[in-house]
Formats: sequence, C-alpha cells, structure tokens
Amino acid sequence: MPKTLAEKIWDDHVVRQAEGEPDLLFIDLHLIHEVTSPQAFDGLRLSGRTVRRPDLTLATEDHNIPTTDLDKPIADPVSRTQVETLRRNAEEFGVRLHPMGDIDQGIVHVVGPQLGLTQPGMTIVCGDSHTSTHGAFGSIAFGIGTSEVEHVLATQTLPQAKPKMMAVEVTGELPAGSTAKDLILALIAQETTGGGQGYIVEYRGEAIRKLSMEERMTICNMSIEWGAKAGLIAPDETTFEYIKGRAHAPAGDEWDAAVAYWKGLVTDEGATFDKVVTLDASAVTPFVTWGTNPGQGVPLSERVPDPASFEDPIEREAAENALRYMGLEAGTPMRDIAVDTVFIGSCTNGRISDLRRAAELIKGRKVAENTRVLVVPGSVRVRLQAEEEGLDVIFKEAGAEWRGAGCSMCLGMNPDQLTPGERSASTSNRNFEGRQGKGGRTHLVSPDVAVATGVLGHLASPADLDKAGV
Amino acid sequence: MERFTTHTGVGAPLRRSNVDTDQIIPAVYLKRVTRTGFEDGLFAAWRNDPEFVLNQDAYRNATVLVAGPDFGTGSSREHAVWALQNYGFKVVISPRFGDIFRGNSGKAGLLAAQVDDKVVTALWEYLEANPGAPVTVDLEARTVSAGEGLDRIEDSFTIDDYTRWRLLEGLDDIAITLSHADEIAAYEAARPSFKPATL
Repeated sequence: MPKTLAEKIWDDHVVRQAEGEPDLLFIDLHLIHEVTSPQAFDGLRLSGRTVRRPDLTLATEDHNIPTTDLDKPIADPVSRTQVETLRRNAEEFGVRLHPMGDIDQGIVHVVGPQLGLTQPGMTIVCGDSHTSTHGAFGSIAFGIGTSEVEHVLATQTLPQAKPKMMAVEVTGELPAGSTAKDLILALIAQETTGGGQGYIVEYRGEAIRKLSMEERMTICNMSIEWGAKAGLIAPDETTFEYIKGRAHAPAGDEWDAAVAYWKGLVTDEGATFDKVVTLDASAVTPFVTWGTNPGQGVPLSERVPDPASFEDPIEREAAENALRYMGLEAGTPMRDIAVDTVFIGSCTNGRISDLRRAAELIKGRKVAENTRVLVVPGSVRVRLQAEEEGLDVIFKEAGAEWRGAGCSMCLGMNPDQLTPGERSASTSNRNFEGRQGKGGRTHLVSPDVAVATGVLGHLASPADLDKAGV
Repeated sequence: MERFTTHTGVGAPLRRSNVDTDQIIPAVYLKRVTRTGFEDGLFAAWRNDPEFVLNQDAYRNATVLVAGPDFGTGSSREHAVWALQNYGFKVVISPRFGDIFRGNSGKAGLLAAQVDDKVVTALWEYLEANPGAPVTVDLEARTVSAGEGLDRIEDSFTIDDYTRWRLLEGLDDIAITLSHADEIAAYEAARPSFKPATL
C-alpha cells in the first residue's frame, strides 16, 4: 500500500504494536537541556533505573545561559543550580554534555543538525516543543514533557498514538524579498494556532524544494505554533549535501547505505493524506504578527485588524484581549508601530545563514536612535563562524549588540528580557503574553524585517530602507 | 501515580481561549529542579489582577478548571501541569487542548477532559451564576456534570482509551514499557549500522 513519508518513518520505528495500545516507537536520538530534565533524572534515581542508551542521548545547556559575561559564573543562583544539576546528572548517568564554554554548546536544535546527528528517517525527541525543527531533514521530531523524557531515558522508546497525516502543498515560488519565515507566519495565520492539531504535516511543493536546509528548519521549527505534532520535509540532494562531512555523518560504505535508504523517504505516488491544505508562495509578502499568538498575523503592508471584523466570538474576544495587551489600536498601519528592541536569534532564525542575511542588510547602516538590536547566535560554532566572516564587526559598527550563544530573549529565562510595555520585533517563534519578559510586547518577524525595523525604528521591510534612502 | 475514578470539586470558569503554557507558567518560574512548588507561578501575570477568577473567594479552592479552546498550546513544559496540580487542580475541561499538554497531563495524573464548546459555555454561565458550585467529573462514565433540576448540565467528554485506562489503574508508563524489554532489545539488534551515535 502506498505510504506517506511520515508513515514510512513511523512504521520503521515500531517496536511493538498491539490492539488497544498506542504504538511503542523506538527513539533514534534524545536531546536534553537543563530545564525539562532534572525531574526526569530524579525519577530514574528514585526507581533505581539507568539511561538505557546514553549513546543515543546528547545534552547541552541553552535556556538559562547568559549571553554576556561568559567568563563569569551564572549570576542568577536558581539558573545556576539548574545548569549544575544537568552537569551532575550527565556525569552520573554517562550522558555526553556540551556545557557553557564548550565549542559545541548552543541551542539544542541548532546543535543537533550542526553535528550531523540529525539525519533523515529518524525519530528525534527533546523536552522542548521546537524539536519539530529537525523534521526539516525528513525525520519525525517532536517535543515531549518531562515524564516522557524520563520514559525515553529509561527505555529509549515512547508509546505514541499514530497521528493523522496532513499535506501542506506550497505552490509557486517565494518572491524576492520574502523569506521562509514570512511563509510559515502566513501559513499559521491562515490555519490558526489549532489548525495542525492531531497531525504530522508534510511540507511539500515547488517552493519548499527550493528552500535551503536552514530555511527548511525555520519552516519546520514553527510547526508546533499551529498545533502540529510534527512537521517534516522529504530529504533530497539539498539535505544530503548539508549532512555530508559533518562530525556524525555516516562515511564510506555507511554513507552509501544511508543515502540509499534516505532516497526512499518520499511520499509514495497514490498515498493519501487525511487533510490537504495549500498555500500560494508567490503571494507571500513580509509578514508580521500583531497579537499574542502566532496565528494573529498580517502582511506588513496591512493594518492592525478590528476585533469586530472577526465573526467567531471567541476569536473576537481573543483579538480584543490581544490589542489591549499589545497597546495597539485597530486600524493602525503595521508600519507605524514603533519598536524598542529587535532580537535576532533563536532556534527559528539563529543559524549562520540568518546572520549572514541580516549582516548583509545592516552593513553600512545604523540602528535607529531609540532602538536596540541584539544579535544572539544559535550556537558557539555559529558565533565563531560569523566572527571568522567578520559579521560581528558589521553588526557592531551598525550599533547592534553582538552576544554569546543561547535561547536568550526568545523566552527570557536568562537576563535578556523585555521590561513591561517594551515592544520588540523578534525573529523567534512566540509572541505570547509575557514570553520575552513580563509585560513585554512581541511582534514576530523575519531576519530581514528585523534589520529594517532596527534601522528605521518602526516595523519595516528592506524595501522601506531603500525608500527612506538609508 | 494515584488512581483517578471520579472527582467532585469547585469549578473555576476561565473565560479565555488560547491559554498557552507561557501563560499557565512563565519561563522565569521554571527553574526549580523538583516537581513541587510551581503553584507560585500559576497564571502569574493574571494573579495580580483582583478580578482574576482565582482571586475571588468563591473560586480560590477550585479543583476543576473550565477553560476556552486551545488550552495548553505552545511550550512542552510539564511544569504547566505540575503548577495546576500543585495549586490543587485535578481536572481541566476545554473544547481543545495542545497535544503536548494533553500528553503531559495523562502522564502526571491531571485529567484533561475534552468537551463540546457548548458544554464549556454552559459551565461558564452556571459557575458564574453559582460561584463556588461543584463540578463532577466521572472518568469511568466519561461524563462531566454540574447543577440540579433545570440548571442541570451533563455531557460526555473525550479522552483516549489508553490514557483513561492508565489513569483509572494509576499505572506507571515506564513499568509497562519495561515489561516489553525483550521486544526493545530485538528492535535494537536489527537497527541499521549507519544510524548516528553520540558516544
């Protein structure tokens, strides 16, 4: 029977299948960080269990890591305890850890692909919802809770009910000036935050095939923001090329065997999806959010919507709440919204290609007077690569702050936070109330829009920079 | 895990949709390394508002939360479930849950009962008209009920069979899986050698 890509991967990982039970899936790679693992290791200790497969487990520190004063101990004692707890647990249970100061430290979803550990046809989990990022390589990758982290540590498996299958057909080609981030933000606005619930979604079509590996990661990263269990893209030459030669990529005969398997990882002709949605990439323009969930977005060229324009009473009330929280008036052109802080980074847009694109745009320009721009590389290696290319100098000359690697202001667990009422344009993935700091107001944007906004001091696209003659 | 059969307790109407896990517990409260003490961070931003439902005397000791659609979307933090449990909640009722939140609830022993929109609306109206009134959630019968006579609300809720069975029996998932250790070992023995390893 013809199968979808996700069904093939799923079936290849079933350890046990029985009537009335969820499938028991084998997990190929378990990524760990300091926030969602301490209680899981504690659980193992309490029940006298061990880590079944430390060789399929990798830990790094990212959520709490400061991005300044990297040579000093973490100032916040509670953050420090959490990080030290991970170090003790990794040591005790024999798990490889890339701690602060290590060249392979960074955001867990940047580190996996960078090391070549993320490969097609795998099952990958992590106690972090943005694990969906790894789906860009043609893997089933999803976020889990701490009880499940403990379960994977103890058994290297997870009981999972098989989700439904959805295809996202992205037709046409992204216009120049539009990015993968605009595409995914437009899709989430179209499908709403609950639209993907219960599905593994496969992003397909001409526009997807043309994306680079890192752009594909931006797309898959935000699968969770429209509720999908996981998002994935069939592997192709772009994928193989990206993996080849990385530290954990297969080599020699193993490479050939792997590629032969990977090439079969496509949705079969005639396979059926439970749902198909389409998006015309050629109509995607720079896209930004106005509200407090990632589905509340509009093209930058539009205005803040009027809550009265929503027919559904629940959506209308959500829009009213969002405008109140965001301090916005219906009808305001999005471009008129002044921004205090620009954050460039996160597992959505903190990779080297994001920083190259941002640096190219900001080169020779200056950050607006009342705006600050923070550039936070996704990993230490991304930072070092950027510095080798002189990108840090370009950012600093423009008046932006060049920081150390980590999750940083995406969720404000470290000192990088917005103050109440402060407004950001952020290349991250969530504009929830208080996400970037209590009372902070977030607009989700692409790296292009982030730079233009930083230079002009209000939400803007690169085209606006030329118009303004800066 | 404790067995869950039926629960009756004060219902709190939370008239909000899209209550993401950052709103249930903001990231700055996630730094503990234990499973307890997270009640301080529960709905932290809203707890300063005297009008907020849990700040009203009648609902302060609520154990059943009745929320709008898309409750628990966003981050995978199980701390959101722990914060609700640490505060005293046993059940959350909503027309739609974030997937990871629902999974975490099942593992940690918080019942996530999915009902029709109209049941939530009816419960909101009933609980606002009768502050402090109890709601009963019967996991065996898969029903939620509240009120009496003409005000009586009774409807079914959805939960997958496996999670229901585990909650009713109070079973530990890991022990169930480890009883299939031979099947895991057989799978491991047949894995392709090109799959990556971290060590």
